[in-house]
Amino acid sequence: MGLHVIVPVKYVPDIEKVRFDVKSGRIDRSSAPGEINPFDLNALEAAVRIKEKLGGTVTAISMGPPQAESALRDALARGVDRAILLTDKRFAGADTLATSYTLACAIRKLGSFDLIICGEKTVDGDTGQVGPEIAEHLGIPHIAYVSEIREVSNDRILVVSDLGDGYYLVEMKLPGLIAVTKDINVPRLPTLRDKLRARKAIIEVWSADELVDVADVSRFGYVGSPTIVHRVFFPSERGRKAIIFRGVDAVDKLVEVLIEEGLLG
Amino acid sequence: MAGVIVFAEQHGGEIHPVSFELLSKGREVADRLGVELYSVLLGYNVKNIASELIYYGADRVYVFDNPLLEVFDPVRYKHIIASLAIRKKPELILFGATPLGRSLAPRVAVALNTGLTADCIDIRVDEEGDIVQVRPAFTGNIIAYIKTRTRPVIATVRYRVMKPPRRDLERRGEIIVEEAEVLEDTGIKVLKKVRDKEVRLADSEIIVACGRGLRRPEDIRMIEELARLLGGEVGASRPLVDEGWISRDHQIGFSGNVVKPRLYIACGISGSPQHLAGMRDSEVIVAINIDPSAPIFRVSDYGVIGDLYEVIPKLIEKLRSMGRG
Repeated sequence: MGLHVIVPVKYVPDIEKVRFDVKSGRIDRSSAPGEINPFDLNALEAAVRIKEKLGGTVTAISMGPPQAESALRDALARGVDRAILLTDKRFAGADTLATSYTLACAIRKLGSFDLIICGEKTVDGDTGQVGPEIAEHLGIPHIAYVSEIREVSNDRILVVSDLGDGYYLVEMKLPGLIAVTKDINVPRLPTLRDKLRARKAIIEVWSADELVDVADVSRFGYVGSPTIVHRVFFPSERGRKAIIFRGVDAVDKLVEVLIEEGLLG
Repeated sequence: MAGVIVFAEQHGGEIHPVSFELLSKGREVADRLGVELYSVLLGYNVKNIASELIYYGADRVYVFDNPLLEVFDPVRYKHIIASLAIRKKPELILFGATPLGRSLAPRVAVALNTGLTADCIDIRVDEEGDIVQVRPAFTGNIIAYIKTRTRPVIATVRYRVMKPPRRDLERRGEIIVEEAEVLEDTGIKVLKKVRDKEVRLADSEIIVACGRGLRRPEDIRMIEELARLLGGEVGASRPLVDEGWISRDHQIGFSGNVVKPRLYIACGISGSPQHLAGMRDSEVIVAINIDPSAPIFRVSDYGVIGDLYEVIPKLIEKLRSMGRG
């Protein structure tokens, strides 16, 4: 039997290097190389471990520019069986509602599945919203902030999830979606052989046309996105005192200022 | 019937303080828009805490009290909040950007087919009367103003970014206990609490954090001792957590906790963008680092340049000599 697990992944700029063009309100993608969203590596690893245990297949799906293909190659090298790239100008400029709608439509198009595993969030969007939004579009349950998978069977999954005031043991019927944190596992590095295999693998490319029978095209991309970035700017770094102490009496001076600040009250 | 709705997050009958902050912000926005402020409270045996929400600014509180609502279920909670929103047609719904709020708000937004803005640090009404959501992006390197062209506008808002709200026992409002259809089987079953969080850094007033300057895992004890003497908690940068030296509950940064204590002491932390994103809004920042060119000094109020293995024991000794601990 085995499960069909789907992992949505995102191609993101290297966040430590990328520059932002405040005038256009866009990131300058040429300023840094892209990569697979680091949080998605944990989702991929979790999916592949389930496959190793129960059999089945793992499908990775990504919406993005044509270069996002490289993120899917990375996913293939990490053990994914099938990779689908949703790329089309009509998908561009999507906020989380349009993104999750598009991904949900593509998942519907794929047919049956048992489990969707998402990373906690992306390094560029930093919302963590897309996972639960996909679940709602598909009408399936979800559990977010999953730090441990205890058991998986063909019809249910038992996980540990952060509900805010502590960690809870939660059971969910499948099909369902989980969003996993970095605590869930340590992703393995793909071997050279895996990488070579991934380089040759076929990535299916879908445009908006492929989804017309399952989707309302007006809900894709910028047109389907209710949130609009109205303005962006660099925050004024709050003025820090930047007083430096060094030498033998540095600690005494530090304690003195902390007392003055009323912090040792 | 327009209004602003604040979701009141409660755990075990205790309202999360972020909900009070949202009420104070929601009050401001509701007044600017000339509408009422509602709060919605879901739980079991929570009727008695509903008045707190009035004291903090709500005109009306909708209470859904049912054993099935005792613990959080995103599908069950979504169903109730979305139905309420369909009936009340609010302009704005606010959730705390907590694990619970971040799991629930997306489902509500999709159910209402509307936009959602994550992790806001402010909500304003501009000259045109539009609701503006302010959020940091790109690990806090830029600030974006976001408008939503559908209704309701939905946002999650960070904890401790709003000014502390005022509790006014004289405030009067209406508490409406609603009988709602509660979904029985959502596919989700919360079985039991496995463990508490080791620490809640988001609530801490004083944090002593350590980073790669630490040479051995057991040296965290020195950081713990300093934190104890100051009445604070221990934080850590990502590398130490990834190495397994300390649990992720202690992690500060983009992929950990975002904190805003009164005092933040960074020990042996160089200050990567990922770390700064989690602590740059602290009130007073102190950095202890051997490398004078470490970026952490650029966001610090006070810096000590020196080996933390000399500076921290000295600091501990000094605090002890002052009769602390």
